[in-house]
Amino acid sequence: MTNLTDLTVAEIRDGFRAGDFSAREVAEGFNANVAAAKALNAFIVETPEKALEAADAADKAKAAGETLGALAGVPIGMKDLFCTQGVQTTAASHMLEGFVPTYESTVSAKLWAAGAGMLGKLNLDQFAMGSSNETSYFGNVISPWRRKDGGNAALAPGGSSGGSSSAISARLCPAATGTDTGGSIRQPAAFTGISGIKPTYGRCSRWGVVAFASSLDQAGPMARTVRDNAILLETMSGFDPKDSTSLDLAVPQWEAGLSSDLKGKKVGIPKEYRPDGLNEEISAMWDRGIAWLKDAGAEVVDVSLPHTKYALATYYIIAPAEASSNLARYDGVRYGQRDLPDGAGLQDMYAATRAAGFGPEVKRRIMIGTYVLSAGFYDAYYTQAQKVRALISRDFELAFEKCDLLLTPTAPSAAFALGEKQADPLAMYLNDVFTVPASLAGLPAMAVPGGLDSAGLPIGLQIIGKALDEQTVLNASLALEERAGFNARPDKWW
Amino acid sequence: MTESTYRVQGATGEWEVVIGLEVHAQVTSQAKLFSGAATAFGAEPNTQVSLVDAAMPGMLPVPNRECIRQAVRTGMAIDAKINKWSRFDRKNYFYADLPQGYQISQLYHPLVGEGEIEISLDDKNPDAATKVIGIERIHVEQDAGKLMHDQHPTRSYVDLNRSGVALMEIVSKPDMRSPAEAGAYLAKLRTILRYVGSCDGNMDQGSMRADVNVSVRRPGEEFGTRTETKNVNSVRFVMAVVEHEASRQVDVLEAGGKVVQETRLYDPDKNETRSMRSKEDAHDYRYFPDPDLLPLELDDAFLEACRQSLPELPDAKRRRYEGDLGLSAYNAATLTADADTARWFEALLSEAARIQKKSEGEVAKASANWLLSELYGALNRLGKSLEDSPVGPEEGAELLALVADGTISGTIAKQVFEIMLETGERAPKIVEEKGLKQTSDTGAIEAVVADVLVRNGDKVEQYRAGKEALFGFFVGQTMKAMQGKANPQVVNELVKKALAA
Repeated sequence: MTNLTDLTVAEIRDGFRAGDFSAREVAEGFNANVAAAKALNAFIVETPEKALEAADAADKAKAAGETLGALAGVPIGMKDLFCTQGVQTTAASHMLEGFVPTYESTVSAKLWAAGAGMLGKLNLDQFAMGSSNETSYFGNVISPWRRKDGGNAALAPGGSSGGSSSAISARLCPAATGTDTGGSIRQPAAFTGISGIKPTYGRCSRWGVVAFASSLDQAGPMARTVRDNAILLETMSGFDPKDSTSLDLAVPQWEAGLSSDLKGKKVGIPKEYRPDGLNEEISAMWDRGIAWLKDAGAEVVDVSLPHTKYALATYYIIAPAEASSNLARYDGVRYGQRDLPDGAGLQDMYAATRAAGFGPEVKRRIMIGTYVLSAGFYDAYYTQAQKVRALISRDFELAFEKCDLLLTPTAPSAAFALGEKQADPLAMYLNDVFTVPASLAGLPAMAVPGGLDSAGLPIGLQIIGKALDEQTVLNASLALEERAGFNARPDKWW
Repeated sequence: MTESTYRVQGATGEWEVVIGLEVHAQVTSQAKLFSGAATAFGAEPNTQVSLVDAAMPGMLPVPNRECIRQAVRTGMAIDAKINKWSRFDRKNYFYADLPQGYQISQLYHPLVGEGEIEISLDDKNPDAATKVIGIERIHVEQDAGKLMHDQHPTRSYVDLNRSGVALMEIVSKPDMRSPAEAGAYLAKLRTILRYVGSCDGNMDQGSMRADVNVSVRRPGEEFGTRTETKNVNSVRFVMAVVEHEASRQVDVLEAGGKVVQETRLYDPDKNETRSMRSKEDAHDYRYFPDPDLLPLELDDAFLEACRQSLPELPDAKRRRYEGDLGLSAYNAATLTADADTARWFEALLSEAARIQKKSEGEVAKASANWLLSELYGALNRLGKSLEDSPVGPEEGAELLALVADGTISGTIAKQVFEIMLETGERAPKIVEEKGLKQTSDTGAIEAVVADVLVRNGDKVEQYRAGKEALFGFFVGQTMKAMQGKANPQVVNELVKKALAA
């Protein structure tokens, strides 16, 4: 019999509907995998009962001949940045340890309404700040992948959605939610050989998602196939009157629109994404990607995104600036962590609470953000960064006059070992160099695995599309997926 | 514009006072600025709080259209520039009554730009000086919650009912030069807000409060350093703050000191201001555009709908009362000084005109006089306001109609009104049941007049000898004999005729 936990979302959905297996069997299979994978530390909270509850409801609905939701029978992982009613939501911080929301985020509510079940709350970088999942208060997430060098170095699953990427590649869940502020879906997907899409800013409601940087934060799915991403994204997207930045547009039928035929499409290759000293294997993978898209019928053109070199600096001004303000609400007054030393006044309580509640990376970004917004520095940093952000968006607009999509690497390297880059925050920030520009411009972008490097680790490709054109992004990704034929999986050691 | 001659007399000469006000006015709305929570005053603590107001993780603000509409209407009422593109900014600071850790306000691009308000130093005097006070801007922002320090010996409690309530901050230019001008400005602003219906203007409930900026200078010189006295909550207190703060600053300057730019607090019990914090320890608010909110863009249809919904404003109304209705300047000013009075008066007027089949102009004077003397007198006596008056505009108009068509005399009308107040009965019924209808039957009156003259032959002699003041006596005797029910005009004529005979 097929191992149910090796199935994709589409296969589970269809097999369940066809009566090949019950939803309960699927949920039990994944629950067992989750329970057996403590070594990966992918989950902060496991909720096997929630997964079973949804599965039983799906089985019952099917038996009664009722209309089934789009994700009936499919259990998923939920990044612990999404508030879930009655289930602890921490953003991987000590600050929110023990916080149990009385409300459900819009995106997770849509998924449950479509019949999905929750396997648990996935670990992440604290407040989604990090690229390696080493900033979680609840410990590092370990990638299931290992280098084929005989060593046992624990590798980073990427970040911030590292619990999601690790869990999916280890078959603890067929799909999961992620959030992407500067690459937090795409970089971990690339590190673990899975795919993930950050849709156009405003497609998915931010309501009920713990905020990092409001103008950049965007939820999206992560899964093993492009089709699975299309399925989940359809459910997660849609206008939400509770989010002022939500797009009031109908949700396209992306799955039905999937086609890997790229005839008539022009693919732009931005030269600025090939800096001197780019990792040779990444560069070679990019060339393979170009050949695959040509093979799918696309025409390849060279384009220029001249302000790319300022993107990282711009991002690390805007994102911390917004974060410094967004995280001000964690003050110990109303919920979450409170440290109240004897005889302390209000200011002392703030200081003690925030000193204990936030990890070093979060503190670093709050300080950077506070600095760039302060009187005397605001114009030099924040205002300037906003201007550069507009130029970066303009770069994309001009490029898209010449092409329909862009192909780039997702990350500048394959997964690195835990601890390897922790000493140098700037080296860590460089991981986002290829993902940040699309975030600043609010564009849809997707990571797909391309193959393994010489160390046996996955490396990926990124497709960036025009605003609202997720379909082309998905289709080009599908063309890559078909040609890459990526079916490597980590050997089970956990 | 008339230049104020108000001066503070210092030991070294005269000083001029310069005043600007920042008024925070709570927008009349069922819901808060960015959440659906209710805004009822006086509710139990923390019962008017949504997840957004408590700044729970992942909560987002959504602008309340009604609050924006009210602020735009207010801007239109002071002839201000309405900015079709405006934006919300975050003002960041930590305090326990500020759940988000920032207040959503509008620093860089306010909703309403420059406008103006005309004030009069004595509204009821048509010859009093008037002055135009410039308005710098109106922006909308969230209110904070409230700390309660008196609930526990060592702890403070937080009430978030007000957290997120919509405020308009109405910023004047530094155009006022005396306590009286500051008081007149605030009173006029409150009148306009109440007319527009964008704020209830209840200063004692905190719906409206003023930050008072005061500086002094030698007449004609550059502006001096100002202080800002926060949260002053009555017209009287604003005037007191200006007076006190100006003389304090003059004392400082004349003693060779410098005025420190600082925030001060007013203590009404001691009638003094005291320093709260100086500029040195002022917050760095780190304002930046709120990334949770899109810029606010208003289209022409919305603006037009706002404009159409504006009522007649106090200045226009007062001019109309004087011009079209022929009321005295005093009565026009009194009737228009607040929106409720004007509404009551206009209801009375329209009803009186309808019953009497006359134009409003023809019934205006009698209506105004009755409202301001009879009704106000009665309400004062009963300790009631127009709002809870036992007699409504319709009942009042019926009473006026009975006087106008000669059914009853003014004297009887007063009696009827008293009965209306006591019993709640309507005037026509009272007149009917108590037989108070006055008579214009000349035959009957002539007979009574004749009888009065006969019984007072000596006074008739005196009158005819030139003591004309006795005329009133005969009229009075006649009215008395007829129990007040004779038409006074007819009595006058018949007495005159009989005496002349």
